Amino acid sequence: MALEFRDLSKKEYDVTLIAPISLKLKPGIFNTILGPTLSGKTTLLRLMAGLDRPTSGEIWFKEINVTNLPVQKRNVAMVYQQFINYPSMSVFENIASPLRVKKIPENEVKSRVNKVAELLKISPLLDRRPTELSGGQQQRTALARALTKEAELVLLDEPLANLDYKLREELREELPRLFEESGATVVYTTTEPSEALLLGGFSATLHEGKITQYGLTQSVYKDPISLTAAKIFSDPPLNTVKIEKNGEGIYLNGGVHWKTKKYSNIPNGNYTLGFRAHHLKLDPSNADDLKLTGEVLVTELSGSESFVHVKTNEKIWVVHTHGIYNFQQGDTIEMYLSLSNCYVFDTNGSRVYAD
Amino acid sequence: MAKVRLQQIRHSYNADAGEKTEYALQRINQVWEDGGAYALLGPSGCGKTTLLNIVSGLLHPTEGKVFFDNLDMTLTTPDQRNIAQIFQFPVVYDTMTVRDNLAFPLRNRKMEPFEIEERVKTVAEMLDLTALLDKRASGLTADGKQKISLGRGLVRSDVNIMMFDEPLTVIDPHLKWQLRSELKQLHRRVGFTMVYVTHDQTEALTFADKVAVMFEGEVVQFGTPEELFLRPNHTFVGHFIGSPGMNLLPCELDGGFPVFAGNRIKLAAPITQINTNKKIELGVRPEFIKIDENGFSIKVNRIDDVGRYRIVKAECLGQNFNVYVPEGLEIPTENLRVSFDPQHTHVYCDGWLQNEKEPA
Repeated sequence: MALEFRDLSKKEYDVTLIAPISLKLKPGIFNTILGPTLSGKTTLLRLMAGLDRPTSGEIWFKEINVTNLPVQKRNVAMVYQQFINYPSMSVFENIASPLRVKKIPENEVKSRVNKVAELLKISPLLDRRPTELSGGQQQRTALARALTKEAELVLLDEPLANLDYKLREELREELPRLFEESGATVVYTTTEPSEALLLGGFSATLHEGKITQYGLTQSVYKDPISLTAAKIFSDPPLNTVKIEKNGEGIYLNGGVHWKTKKYSNIPNGNYTLGFRAHHLKLDPSNADDLKLTGEVLVTELSGSESFVHVKTNEKIWVVHTHGIYNFQQGDTIEMYLSLSNCYVFDTNGSRVYAD
Repeated sequence: MAKVRLQQIRHSYNADAGEKTEYALQRINQVWEDGGAYALLGPSGCGKTTLLNIVSGLLHPTEGKVFFDNLDMTLTTPDQRNIAQIFQFPVVYDTMTVRDNLAFPLRNRKMEPFEIEERVKTVAEMLDLTALLDKRASGLTADGKQKISLGRGLVRSDVNIMMFDEPLTVIDPHLKWQLRSELKQLHRRVGFTMVYVTHDQTEALTFADKVAVMFEGEVVQFGTPEELFLRPNHTFVGHFIGSPGMNLLPCELDGGFPVFAGNRIKLAAPITQINTNKKIELGVRPEFIKIDENGFSIKVNRIDDVGRYRIVKAECLGQNFNVYVPEGLEIPTENLRVSFDPQHTHVYCDGWLQNEKEPA
């Protein structure tokens, strides 16, 4: 295991920032920590880096207890949301700085900086100062510095959040491949589910200082084990509805009910159904789809897709669909849902599996 | 509220600008109808903030005129223009209560207390702030504070135009959905002219009825979200809108039809009159490339699974492009063939869309 937390926790005054976490991150893998603002992402990264001490628990790196090892003695690189470079140094010297600290011979410094600059497409900018660069170029410089350091652990704290949408798209595509070759264990934090999916690798969902799930990004997305994990990994927000299951009957508030054999192995009682916005459809795709009705609050168009916000008996849902639908506020529409696209959660928010 | 008209606006931050490149804004003509919802969309440095500042009066343009209805406002000051502006970071009076924050612009205008109370009450209800009216603004979350900034504009009856400069940047993704849809409903309700400035295509397209896409100081297209998606007027619009954006591939023309990697590509109508000395590109969005056994063969470099859909990173004679495949549709593992939808394949000459007949 590259990085391991054993009952790691962090409190400040009386506030719990990180609840005791036990987690093993695989070596040489791109890991994404996905969670909303204030869920503890930065706190966790600072503990990993050794910038802060945990209140309790231990951090192990490659079978060594590094809990009390200061940051200078850990082989770690960190890139922040804000573009941080040495303003008085050239881009070249910024990238070379970790090598200077290690007293690497000049010709090797040159070749390593040039190689990394090429990877990050900033070779023509090496003589400039960071203040003369655009935001995207400044962040490329910071990333290049993290790469030349050849750290075994690379921590990226929302590095793309301050960049333009399109620049973000470009760098996001390059990032996993940049670090793949270096063999470093990468930990990347973000608030956006789509970003985690595009980065691939492994993902952990973080909720109020607790890791709620960790695994292959695709599995965590497609197979959330709890309502909180499913909510964190849904954008548009996860649609939910409370149901009562009794025999073959599924009952919603307001008298709507269906019959299904699908949930026959689940005990009778109260549950929450969760489903993603693109699984709530405007046309039935199967004969046994559930039919629901709701009142349109607002329709947002994004060129090729529509986001229809709908008020139902229970809640406000979002329908995310291909095509342009210009519903007016107050229109009543029919929506269709396949139970095979629904997750069932018990009253504690734990996933319940049908079949 | 007012109709806003920008006539031949040029702006340079350099007093004696001569060369074209020294202009932050090249030549802008825009009409924003009274009560409309508009967005200015573009990357950093495209001039969108400069344009916003010219409309609000913080900057006076080097050339051109700004009209509100038929009044020439070009040389007026910001306070003469009655503009409500909402910035990236919420601007609130931290020591005041939510109520006093909302009442502040009205007290400044010496409105009668009973009238102020009435207006604050209405706006607080609209924004779901009623329960928080007696709380101090400092204790609120980022989205709560941003609602106050918005509310301070909404209480005023003299607002000509409401302008938003990246208002959701500091808001969490989940709350963004909520705030965005609330803002849109609010716009329908109050009918203010609203202009939303952002680099985020989703925010621009979902909020606005019409979007001005800006690139290097110019508006390269002013259109509805659907128009920007289906018929990008310029390769920049094709690239900037959509994620991933439009595939732009070098091609030659043969009898009015593009030839890409040895394949003659069908269009809705042939291209006539084109200067072949210029850069000719074929533009097709990943969404309009279909897996088709009668199509041409491509090499698959990688498949990115984004959950709801997959992006096939394809290659054909050294040219890379993206193909969009929805969830559930199978991708053949061998000999993948694709075709471009003729209705949605366009030809660009030096970046600009070439005339074709409107698709039937």
